[in-house]
Amino acid sequence: MTSNRFLIIAAAVLVSTTTAVATATQDGWSPKQLEELRSLSLSEREPLAKDPTNRVADDPRAAALGERLFNDTRLSANGKVACGTCHQADRTFQDGLALGQGVGTTAKRTMPIADTARAPFLFWDGRKDSQWAQALGPLESAVEHGGTREQYAQVIAKEYRADYEAIFGALPSVITPDQRETITRIFVNIGKSIAAFERLVEVGPSRFDRYVDAVVNHQPTAGMLNTDEIAGLKLFVGKAKCTQCHNGPLFTNNEFHNTGVPQRAGVTGDRGRLDGARAVLKDEFNCRSQWSDARDRCTELDYMATDDHALDGAYKVPSLRNVAERWPYMDAGQFATLGDVLDHYNRAPAANGHTELKPLGLKKTELRQLEAFLRTLSGPVLVKGQPYRGESR
Amino acid sequence: MRKTQRNQNSIGPRARTLALAIVATLTVTACTPMMAMMRNVHRPAITEFGLGPRTSANGVYVATLQTERALKPRQMQTVRVSIADAAGQPIEDATITIDGGMPEHGHGLPTRPRMTRAIETGTYEVEGVRFNMGGWWEFKVTITSARGTDTVTFNLAL
Repeated sequence: MTSNRFLIIAAAVLVSTTTAVATATQDGWSPKQLEELRSLSLSEREPLAKDPTNRVADDPRAAALGERLFNDTRLSANGKVACGTCHQADRTFQDGLALGQGVGTTAKRTMPIADTARAPFLFWDGRKDSQWAQALGPLESAVEHGGTREQYAQVIAKEYRADYEAIFGALPSVITPDQRETITRIFVNIGKSIAAFERLVEVGPSRFDRYVDAVVNHQPTAGMLNTDEIAGLKLFVGKAKCTQCHNGPLFTNNEFHNTGVPQRAGVTGDRGRLDGARAVLKDEFNCRSQWSDARDRCTELDYMATDDHALDGAYKVPSLRNVAERWPYMDAGQFATLGDVLDHYNRAPAANGHTELKPLGLKKTELRQLEAFLRTLSGPVLVKGQPYRGESR
Repeated sequence: MRKTQRNQNSIGPRARTLALAIVATLTVTACTPMMAMMRNVHRPAITEFGLGPRTSANGVYVATLQTERALKPRQMQTVRVSIADAAGQPIEDATITIDGGMPEHGHGLPTRPRMTRAIETGTYEVEGVRFNMGGWWEFKVTITSARGTDTVTFNLAL
């Protein structure tokens, strides 16, 4: 009887000790929450996978050529527009405008470039399936670079011949308009070179990452995040449900969702991913195209959803890294501030008769805390792991 | 009187047709995720989670999943499904289709996984599997063979 009682007491002490150890973490995080925090840390970002569709993706010569092409305004109709015109290196590779301004005005908000090598689909509607195919879109868009592939092939032959030939082989001495295949090949190689450069663009650690890396390793976190920022992070992984879409170290699930954001005034018929999914299957430069270097390895296209009602009016979930540095927000700059975005997600109106969101019922203080947390996600944009302020030449 | 009667009769079906059309339109255009969110879903007990073996809804099959590595969110993955009958005999002539989603969030799988080949007796490869977040996922394997069609539902915790 006595020994039984002893055992019971011993067991009770053991249980309470174990519980105390399991729950006693800094800032009140539970072990389960710590695992979720760890999954958001940049330390968990997977090494960059190969892009077999682009055989020069990891060729430093192609990256060097691509960097120069990225900044070359001769690749435009009016000689004034380069990729870097909208994707400004000192502004996290975007432009701060509601709608991108090329030779004309585009219909969409310029997207940042960092870590897009990890995205299976590009553009707000995912109508491209590689960085190199994406890079070719704006070059031929009438409102972006506004030129033609023939014009760009001539620029390569005249201005970049030696560098190009060293990577891709000999060019004809003269390029004439009837050499359509040659012209398109050069055009594709422009895209592949730009992609080789863009692959090197990645985000670096933010204050949030330093905090998470400390807290999950039970190291001191004093002064790393303030109480509002920690409260905002708790909401982010908790009742604000942000991680349903903004998950993983890049804070995106790389999918497409309809969050009931109103279209810009005057815009009709933009069906987002529903159109984008159909477009990428037909794209002249997709993974299965003759221009791809791995036509038989197109898993993303092979298993892509194209028929789901949920794709209608759905747009790409953007990474939230550096989100505080790139207002205005959403696919066409519909919201001016982070506060406007959070207010939308809190109220969850169905602007076009449809939204996946449910109202969150967060208080003003909580919205302020969420915003404070989002501001901790700002960090450097690195090229080859180094700070970058523009073309190195 | 007879005329009124006829009118009433003719209005009746028309109203029914209209009502059906409205219901059909609502069903087609309503937001699937919202509808599912309104459903009361209960997460199964921990013992109901895992790669199996698990018995199909009507007891026709027992299926087990095999993965090369632990399933991870956001990555394209390949899954193998081993199928046997209730007595443990491998099923050689099966075709399988995949469905699933997150019952708590009311969305389906982000990709369209398919069976691509039979690996060995009773084991089939399914490619194109992706889960777009951590949490509770249902992974439903519908099996058709000479023994009939039945569905095995796996609960996965990612």
